[in-house]
Amino acid sequence: MQAFEYARPSTVQEAVSLLGNSWEDANLLAGGTDLLSLMKDYIHTPKRLVSLKGIKELEGIRKSAGGLRIGALVTLEELLRNPDVRKEYPSLAAAARGVASPQMRNMGTVGGDLCQRPRCWYFRLGFGLLAKGPNGESLVPSGDNRYHAIFNNRGPAYFVSASSFGPPLVALGATVNLVSPSGTRELPVEKFFVAPATENARENVLAPNEILTEILVPPAAGVRNATYEVRQKMALDYPLATASVALRMRGNTVASARIVLGHVAPVPWRAQAAEKALTGKTLNAAAIEEAAKAAVQGATPLSMNGYKVQLASVAVKRALEEAAQART
Amino acid sequence: MATIKFTVNGTARSVETEPERPLLEVLREDLGLTGTKYGCGEGQCGACTVLLDGRPTLSCITPAREVQGRKVTTIEGLAANGKLHPVQQAFVEESAMQCGYCTPGMVLRTVSLLERNPNPTDGEIIEGLNGHLCRCNGYHRIVAAVRRAAVLAGKQS
Ligand SMILES: Cc1cc2nc3c(=O)[nH]c(=O)nc-3n(C[C@H](O)[C@H](O)[C@H](O)COP(=O)(O)OP(=O)(O)OC[C@H]3O[C@@H](n4cnc5c(N)ncnc54)[C@H](O)[C@@H]3O)c2cc1C
Ligand code: FES
Ligand code: FES
Repeated sequence: MQAFEYARPSTVQEAVSLLGNSWEDANLLAGGTDLLSLMKDYIHTPKRLVSLKGIKELEGIRKSAGGLRIGALVTLEELLRNPDVRKEYPSLAAAARGVASPQMRNMGTVGGDLCQRPRCWYFRLGFGLLAKGPNGESLVPSGDNRYHAIFNNRGPAYFVSASSFGPPLVALGATVNLVSPSGTRELPVEKFFVAPATENARENVLAPNEILTEILVPPAAGVRNATYEVRQKMALDYPLATASVALRMRGNTVASARIVLGHVAPVPWRAQAAEKALTGKTLNAAAIEEAAKAAVQGATPLSMNGYKVQLASVAVKRALEEAAQART
Repeated sequence: MATIKFTVNGTARSVETEPERPLLEVLREDLGLTGTKYGCGEGQCGACTVLLDGRPTLSCITPAREVQGRKVTTIEGLAANGKLHPVQQAFVEESAMQCGYCTPGMVLRTVSLLERNPNPTDGEIIEGLNGHLCRCNGYHRIVAAVRRAAVLAGKQS
């Protein structure tokens, strides 16, 4: 690992002032579960690490009439144990439970989860986020793409968004606050994630001198929500495909629906055809089946990941079935 | 260089080190506590697990600077007065190790698991040890050892 300087500020303002204008100047350190391995492999080589762990204002989960406020430093374990989360936001609890090792949940933070880098093996092996080969073409379409995108994968990005909290937060209509020297901006989580168009762009809109300080989730009253993750094995690993749903109900009828797929595209992927298929319908087996089919319409799998189309469809079906059982 | 002061197995320690070194390296190389193992170095195997303020933590991806003022328990800190900790005793009685490389991490994780849940079901044991790999594939005996540890710990308290 390249040597670095270590700073431990106690306020967000101080932390922001320790960051630089490039990712090479400084990186933020939360739980370190992703960052440290990137640094060991020389994928990130910042001159300075700015630890967030001493900043009290980034801690804590608070429920109010306006919804749920989750500090960026809240660990996955804290989130999972929070009674309000368990009761009203089962889709977030399921995402936390899916990160299946207690060590990872004790150390990993929700802010770090949203800001973690993709797991694309070309990226992790040093080929860059766009996995370019010697001639500047992407290695993914003709390479081993079994875990890559099946939507929004016409290049230049082929990786999938790794964050387990991205899809449920997009489904729930959550926002994030980002603080930089020029002030604070509040942004829907859906707009936080982007598919990079150039090698220098990233998979989210964070600037090198910006901190994600908190996540704001709208009240869940009347919103049935669930997350279903399909995995190759039960042990600690990323899911292959996931679905998060949030349904606003009018009696037994779906008044509005948000259905978001994970691990299928460079961003959490809104399945708008499925949302449309479900809206105005009675939430029953036939409607669920139809939405699950609609969710994967238009998928463009690569040479090795056609299997994901079926997994994503099943994930939507199971998530909707769970939401149908839920009472809110 | 920075001075890091922290408590290891009940003793106050002070180490001069560069900030980029992981806790694992400081424990093994500076303090000679080689019971904590290096498996993958990237948070995937659990071999380097220690208890940080009582919580299982991967020391390979914890910068040493993050433990300033905190309490670390390693496998060397479990036995008291020449007597094995009930979890260690249970691992011995069940022969729950082959090469033994994963054992310190498994034992420390089990200590914290039983503190929270003194009578885990097999499902809870498997879920609780999910972050640990055993390359010798001794999982059956490890689960049996945790079951036995729950009994031994129950008798002791
Ligand atoms: C074996 C293993 C399995 C995993 N499985 C999963 C999984 O199933 N699902 C999943 O979602 N994740 C998984 N993770 C990834 C990840 O480590 C966790 O999700 C964790 O929550 C990341 O949080 P952290 O605090 O440790 O992040 P860090 O490693 O500290 O940071 C990650 C990145 O985010 C940046 N960052 C951190 N906090 C902020 C902030 N507040 N503002 C701006 N930037 C910030 C850092 O600079 C860094 O680039 C896994 C990791 C490992 C090693
Ligand atoms: S060595 Fe730390 S998890 Fe493998
Ligand atoms: S006993 Fe050899 S790795 Fe577990």
